[in-house]
Amino acid sequence: MAKTYFTSDHEWLSVEAGIATVGITDYAQEQLGDLVFVELPEPGRKLAKGDTAVVVESVKAASDVYAPVDGEITEANGTLSSDPSLVNSAASGAGWLWKMKLADESQLAGLMDEAAYKAHIG
Amino acid sequence: MTGDNDKHLPLEDIHKAAGARFGAFAGWSMPLTYPAGVMKEHLHTREHVGLFDISHMKLFEVSGPEAVALLNRACPLDAGSLETSQSKLSFFLNEAGGILDDLIVTRLGDTRFMVVANAGNAVADEKHLRALATGFDVKVEPLERVFLAIQGPEAWAALSRAGIETGSLLFMHGVEPRKNWFMSRSGYTGEDGFEIGLPEADARELVAKLLDDERVLWIGLAARDSLRLEAGLCLHGQDITPETDPAAAALMWAIPKEIRASGTFIGAGALRAAVERGSAQKRVGLKPEGRQPVRAGVALFDADGNPAGHVTSGGFGPSADHPVAMGYVATSLAKPGTRLFADVRGTKIPIDINSLPFTPHRYRKG
Repeated sequence: MAKTYFTSDHEWLSVEAGIATVGITDYAQEQLGDLVFVELPEPGRKLAKGDTAVVVESVKAASDVYAPVDGEITEANGTLSSDPSLVNSAASGAGWLWKMKLADESQLAGLMDEAAYKAHIG
Repeated sequence: MTGDNDKHLPLEDIHKAAGARFGAFAGWSMPLTYPAGVMKEHLHTREHVGLFDISHMKLFEVSGPEAVALLNRACPLDAGSLETSQSKLSFFLNEAGGILDDLIVTRLGDTRFMVVANAGNAVADEKHLRALATGFDVKVEPLERVFLAIQGPEAWAALSRAGIETGSLLFMHGVEPRKNWFMSRSGYTGEDGFEIGLPEADARELVAKLLDDERVLWIGLAARDSLRLEAGLCLHGQDITPETDPAAAALMWAIPKEIRASGTFIGAGALRAAVERGSAQKRVGLKPEGRQPVRAGVALFDADGNPAGHVTSGGFGPSADHPVAMGYVATSLAKPGTRLFADVRGTKIPIDINSLPFTPHRYRKG
């Protein structure tokens, strides 16, 4: 059963069997506004925590989405190439951004659970 | 998102009640978006009516026996040739011909004019104009007004329903329909529309009436920017600056021929020299290939990888349904259809010179 974590940068990670599916939270998509483009990463790319993994572009601005933990990209959500607005309409579901194989599962301990994240955004 | 020193709109409470998200712009705390979001707000304006609070912009009344003479000195303009109620886009230039601000000048009467200035330059503009005015028999009066833009194909109908008839007013004309009101048929969207400066109490009444009309929606600064960019209209500070002159900015159409030749406005000599020399760069429209926006600051290259210019405004055009941008390129590359490449985070994106506007203007000219 997948377990979900949150970061203070407004990302969520759903972790199952060493693979994290990563997206931005509903709060984050609301802040960004209507997305028109998502620059997706190539599978196989290795990321350190804090590296820019994805760039999401709204009508007005481009924003980086950072790797919340170390790992290697296994898959990007290709559907977003044709329909970036999925991130707005289904941020925590069909609008996921990428999947990554975790390099160090102990890093998850530094992340928030849903209750802590809700308190974080007030 | 906004700083403590930012100025607040007189109608801020109304925007808060409407659910606006605020951000800082030109020293003001401004509504960026409302709950509908930038995409819907943009499209709504093109289809129906967008209501914008642009009270960050400044209205100056210039009056007195030498008002024409002052404006002819301050702007590359033949103020005396304007008919009453006629408006004209003009500029304050520096001695080098660089654009200090772009303005709309409207003749209200024989010796009275309204000057509408950009928010970010309002303080400098006032200082500039007052300094010039010392040599003339003229009064420069900044007005305390709420300033609203009502834009879109049904703007006239929504105003009519609110009790304001606009029938005989044509594009780029302005009148004073009521005491302390200034209403012009103009805007920053490419659509038919109006801009009304009026006292706060009157503004509250008018806004209530307009919002009672389901065709009318509040529109934030984000959609104001995408609308003006699609319409090919410049934002001062980005697309035009004190470092760009009207020739490079492709705005010479705003300067009457006789004035170009013999006007005595500030910057006249430098501008004439620049026109004679020919501009090294020109402002152009840019259409990126694909869906990825190319934004302000991005460098442009020709097919051989040589520097070709840079982007000054860029984003996504919801009506155009593709990314839209504006920038400066070497004059030899400024022809529509020329393919250049934009360096976006290390990726070279094909980008073509595109004629402006991206969406046709729908002004009511008569």
